[in-house]
Amino acid sequence: MSKIEKKIMSGTHFMLGNHAIVEGALAAGCDFFAGYPITPANEISQHMSQRMPKTGGIFFQGEDELCSVYALSGAALSGAKAMTATASAGFNYMQEGIGYAVASEIPMVIVNVMRCRGENYATQSDVMQLRWGASGDHEHIVLAPSSVQELFDFTVRAFNLSEKYRTPVIVMSETTISLMREKLVIPEADKLEIVNRKKPDVPPEAFLPFQAPEDQAPPLPSFGDGYRILHSLNPHDEKGGIAWDPDVFETLYHRITNKIRANYDDIVRVDDFFLDDADIALVAYGSETRPARAAVAMARGKGIKAGVLKLDTIWPVPEKHLENLAKKVGKILTVEMNIGKYANEIDRVCGRYCEIGRILKNRGEIHTTKEILSVIEEAVK
Amino acid sequence: MKKHPLWKYLRKNALPHFFCPGCGAAQVLNFFLKAADETQLDFDNFVGIGGVGCAARIPVYINAESLHGVHGRTIPWATGIKLHKPELKVVIFAGDGDASAIGAGHLIHACRRNLDAVMIVVNNLTFGMTGGQMAPTTPKNMKSATTPYGNVEDPFDICKLAETAGATYVARWTTAKPKNAKNAIKEALAHKGFSLVEIITQCPTHFGRRALSTGSAVQCLEWIKDSSVTLKKAETMDPEELESKFVLGTFVKKERPVFRGSSVC
Repeated sequence: MSKIEKKIMSGTHFMLGNHAIVEGALAAGCDFFAGYPITPANEISQHMSQRMPKTGGIFFQGEDELCSVYALSGAALSGAKAMTATASAGFNYMQEGIGYAVASEIPMVIVNVMRCRGENYATQSDVMQLRWGASGDHEHIVLAPSSVQELFDFTVRAFNLSEKYRTPVIVMSETTISLMREKLVIPEADKLEIVNRKKPDVPPEAFLPFQAPEDQAPPLPSFGDGYRILHSLNPHDEKGGIAWDPDVFETLYHRITNKIRANYDDIVRVDDFFLDDADIALVAYGSETRPARAAVAMARGKGIKAGVLKLDTIWPVPEKHLENLAKKVGKILTVEMNIGKYANEIDRVCGRYCEIGRILKNRGEIHTTKEILSVIEEAVK
Repeated sequence: MKKHPLWKYLRKNALPHFFCPGCGAAQVLNFFLKAADETQLDFDNFVGIGGVGCAARIPVYINAESLHGVHGRTIPWATGIKLHKPELKVVIFAGDGDASAIGAGHLIHACRRNLDAVMIVVNNLTFGMTGGQMAPTTPKNMKSATTPYGNVEDPFDICKLAETAGATYVARWTTAKPKNAKNAIKEALAHKGFSLVEIITQCPTHFGRRALSTGSAVQCLEWIKDSSVTLKKAETMDPEELESKFVLGTFVKKERPVFRGSSVC
């Protein structure tokens, strides 16, 4: 191997969004990447192919998305922190492997840089696929960055959450931010919070690989540690044995979903923008938070008491935060770049407390500030 | 009572096994454990992989690390494991569906890359678990649950496919040749690089009843015997004579660098 490079590129950079994802992954300890070419996620795998061998990790280009996502399972169970990156159409294929990772509780990070029906136009149209694409019952953690800095920060967080909850965590990126260059500050290594999976503290004969309190994931030994665990998609008991028993099934899937539901306060993050005295609130996620904030700043200049609730975690739905907001404001408008999908969730949570509306755009372009501002002005008339 | 000498290798809480009476997959489990026993395989540094299907259950019954339950993705799992921890010995137990239907795309790439893993293809010539449908390996004109008037498709020769794609150890035997099958697994375990051992097995429940008009494992084995020729004999036969035969023997045994990842500096 030639020159060893630093894994954490601490310092101030002017960086492409897709490269920031790579640097975030490496900073979090990622040492295995597998992926299949697809635009607009290619800069992630290309940068990984340069960085991985120089930082002691593995870069693998699978023959398709299925191979890539299952390679993550094999690597992660062998002890790796593993990631893949794809775009909408490729994310379809990965659903199968994501479903397996949920059932067998395998930590991994999946980046989906959303694109528009085979073209690289701006969109948020996968927001439901991110949550509901995999078969079988599951809860997903999906983070929605809105800037190059957040692509780095949220990728680090995605690894931490996946290690803590032994579950695939999805980073929802978009053409808009993945292909944008912005300022990025990478902290010193000792300033980064890094979570590593728990390992068993009992010997193999005393270890129950799928036993944990109902709001937690069990410790995870690596292949070769001597624990001899069966990792099956089929319903499995606490020993890992395949068991077609309704009680076993219910207990397992209660824990697998509850470990995420019960940890709302740890997982869900939102960011308030001028919400303290707001009468009208925008709810937005990802790149749409940028024009939403700009529009609110302009509305404030015109004396309109508007604010933005920026959803940094979109799945699970930030229900508590949304409910509190809905009880406080007169009207909530969901800003979204699709035909109106996540807006249904906002309606479900907020609809009984306040007026609701939508600011939608589904033409491969991000909203302009003016477009959003005009809806706000109309709403307060 | 005296325990079977291979009993110690079984995952006791997974028993009893679910194979039908007379199933060839159970014999392959036996061949593998014998081969492992004779080569003193280190089961703490071993991962057994199964996909979905009857043969995929084999690693479930082996007391070791194992992955199971997704159809056709055995090779991607193995690739992730071997790239991150090359010191682990990985053996894939695939049915003909896992290997040559849903997972065929992965198979050719593992051969091409020379992934350092063993793949034992338990070829019962049908989709047994789902009720005996036509597989890419079902012989021409044979009846199955989805070819009630006879199979019109030409079957895959899995060994030829592996050889052409670049596998570095390729052999085929049958459950009627237990010693040869076990010895081929031993050779595959000792081989560095992608090793494929195809074992033609009897499925009396589905293939036997639909294609051979018999539910008897013995009669199915007789049919396999009658349909088999050694590589040496095959060399003296013309292509038409060979069309419905299983050629048995070692087809490839060579050395080539193994896969270490797609970007190495």
